[in-house]
Amino acid sequence: MRSARSPAKPAGEDDYVPSARQRERERIRRRTATRSALIAAASTVVLGTIIWVVVTRSPGWPRVQESFFDWGYAKRSFPSILAGLWLNIRVMLVCEVVILAFGLVVAGCRTLRGPVFFPLRLLAAAYTDLFRGLPLILVILLLGLGVPGLRLRGLPDSIVFYGGAALVLTYSAYVAEVFRAGIDSVHPSQRAAARSLGLSSGQAMRYVVLPQAVRRVVPPLLNDLVSLQKDSGLISVLGAIDAVRAAGIETATSFNFTPFVVAGALFVLLTIPLARFTDWLGRRTERRRGLGGAV
Amino acid sequence: MLRFTAPVTARQLRFVAALLGVALALTACAPEDQGASGSATTAADACAKDKLQLTTKGKLTIGTDKPAYEPWFSDDDPANGKGYESAVAYAVAEKLGFSRQEVAWTVAPFNTVIQPGPKKFDFDVNQVSITEERRRAVDFSSGYYVVSQAVIALKDSPIAGATSVAQLKDAKLGAAVGTTSYRAIVDQVKPSKQPAVFDNNDVAKAALRNGQLDGLVLDLPTAFYVTAAEIPDAKIVGQFPAAGANPEQFGLVLEKGSPLTACVSKAVDALRSGGDLKSLQDRWLSDSVGAPVLS
Amino acid sequence: MTTQLLDLRKVRKAFGGNVVLRDVDLAVAPHRVAVLIGASGSGKSTLLRCVNLLETVDDGVILLDGEDITDPRVRADRVRRRIGMVFQAFNLFPHLSVLDNITLAPRKAHGVDRRTAEEQARELLGRFGLADKASEYPDRLSGGQQQRVAIVRALATKPRLMLLDEVTSALDPELVTEVLAVIRQLKQDGMTMVIATHEMGFAREVADEVCFLDGGAVLERAAPERLFGDPQEPRTRQFLRRVTESGRAG
Repeated sequence: MRSARSPAKPAGEDDYVPSARQRERERIRRRTATRSALIAAASTVVLGTIIWVVVTRSPGWPRVQESFFDWGYAKRSFPSILAGLWLNIRVMLVCEVVILAFGLVVAGCRTLRGPVFFPLRLLAAAYTDLFRGLPLILVILLLGLGVPGLRLRGLPDSIVFYGGAALVLTYSAYVAEVFRAGIDSVHPSQRAAARSLGLSSGQAMRYVVLPQAVRRVVPPLLNDLVSLQKDSGLISVLGAIDAVRAAGIETATSFNFTPFVVAGALFVLLTIPLARFTDWLGRRTERRRGLGGAV
Repeated sequence: MLRFTAPVTARQLRFVAALLGVALALTACAPEDQGASGSATTAADACAKDKLQLTTKGKLTIGTDKPAYEPWFSDDDPANGKGYESAVAYAVAEKLGFSRQEVAWTVAPFNTVIQPGPKKFDFDVNQVSITEERRRAVDFSSGYYVVSQAVIALKDSPIAGATSVAQLKDAKLGAAVGTTSYRAIVDQVKPSKQPAVFDNNDVAKAALRNGQLDGLVLDLPTAFYVTAAEIPDAKIVGQFPAAGANPEQFGLVLEKGSPLTACVSKAVDALRSGGDLKSLQDRWLSDSVGAPVLS
Repeated sequence: MTTQLLDLRKVRKAFGGNVVLRDVDLAVAPHRVAVLIGASGSGKSTLLRCVNLLETVDDGVILLDGEDITDPRVRADRVRRRIGMVFQAFNLFPHLSVLDNITLAPRKAHGVDRRTAEEQARELLGRFGLADKASEYPDRLSGGQQQRVAIVRALATKPRLMLLDEVTSALDPELVTEVLAVIRQLKQDGMTMVIATHEMGFAREVADEVCFLDGGAVLERAAPERLFGDPQEPRTRQFLRRVTESGRAG
């Protein structure tokens, strides 16, 4: 509860001067901070040097370096790996949108009340249990090889479609549970207030509970997105060429592993912005809730 | 963001000291180099059985992948001596002076064969084609089989009646990763649609059966086996013409600079000049003759 | 007695083995204010929640404008649209601005178009001294301001009856005044209300009838001067004495 403040005086117009004790405190804190920084830097350098020495002086290092860190192969394999990465990115973007939507629907189904909705609730619960249990690779193979095998007319042909469908089915199950946890975390008094105003159950969910629930679960959802980015490559099992597969092809031709290092580096580069964004969001939420400080 | 506002405590200093200690200990135990650079003499007695540097003393350790495919092996059991590569392996062992009981088989997935570092086998036999580029990373014996690539398709596939490579251009083709089958598609067919690349031929065969592939490229003996025993609905469309002056050959793979390379090559050469390779081919690969050559 | 706006007869409510309301009778005529007092756990909140159909009664009947709202066939939403309820914990929607908080129910549950709803909302806010807070978010308001917004939000749906459940109990003393001023204003405007409160002085001032709840039943009911000045029941006297001693008599 914040009481209304009188307008703040412009900075500098306060005639407060820190006491001698406070100045001493700040001096000690500064000195300690500098010392910590120096020790941190020194220990980092020492540790880094030791690791470097251990690695580069090991007898196998020249071979490993040639095998994993060859600049020539890196340059040569880069274009095809980048092309493969584009597939990863496209799959990730399209699937993520569908996963969020579908996960929300499933979560909504599980929180429906009333006896008439029982079949929907049961279906949603069964779906969640099934697809959280099945390993993703199995779902990909079953869908990608099994469904086309039925030879039903009108089914799409594309490998990426079945791989994407497998990703959507599997990830939506997890995302639905995340949404459900978010919905449950919204205090029941919010729902009571909404119902008291005359909003129906569906309206209360849509305008009051869900908006709050979704905001709360953004960090775990972003985590899922990072995970999806990597799993998007599993569709290569069905034959599509993603970044890792492209690296594998190059490696098999040359018997050199540098392409895998290149692919790994590209994936990490993709993930970093997302990870930093998640951190930033988390800090912003913390600040709003007034945590941090001296604790 | 890094913050250094906390003072360095005694506990933290102890931790850093422990870390440095561990790192220093690591430098002390530098791994020993096992493979001496090859300066094997070609004197006859350098290949005497008791002079060979083996991974396991007294036994010849041979590696291959799992599953071990027909017609190169039989029943996924390399030790039974059936199948062309199993037979050749035992023949080479015999030439080096090892009886069947003195041969041990080990599972060597493809990537472990080409990685730098000591190997768990003396040589590996797994339909690996010899290329100059690959020689930078591993040693090869002389070739023990001249291999052609072939295209198989379902009898109702659009390319089932193709007679030239050009007619394959618009087809959806597939191959296993790491094989020269894939290279044949990319280098000789130069298809308009991106080929599908699979971990191994199992998924590829399922995709072919489902109609998701118009054609699958395999080495000729495997193509014969698959169309005869595994997918009766498929037929061999044709084999690729030899690309380049030097025909592609399968070779045994050894660690780069292995002291055994010369001896193993000698053994293979002896088998070839003595007609053993031919008779083994007649026995195990007799079906793989007579596929039309694509123009 | 069809002139009563709200009529509770022999209402009973138990949670598990715990009987919270036992044979409660309460009648409120239009434009009248009934105030419920009593110790914590005496059933005041439960009673209000039963009227608003947030709880289902175990027995007895509740009539709103002569209609039996405890009939299972009655649609609860429809009933709640005629009643406004304000809670101790304000329960504003944190993700919406003050204006959106107020206009949500009129727009979605009452079919009022956005412009009209916003005009009416601003007018109400202005009447209660909150005009400049329309685009603020709840977490930027003081407790007293939030509670006043909560009251405005309940008023925006133009209810026949307002239920106020300990609406000042969570506020600092200096903020209680502003909320009580709003309630006073509501009474002047003729709103029918049932108020549960600890604020005895306020109860005395604003009530047409005071009901003392004890052990789940209405032990004594009377006009405020009578109940506070000359309570009949010994337990009422006991309660009032305790309350006075703790300094809340006002």
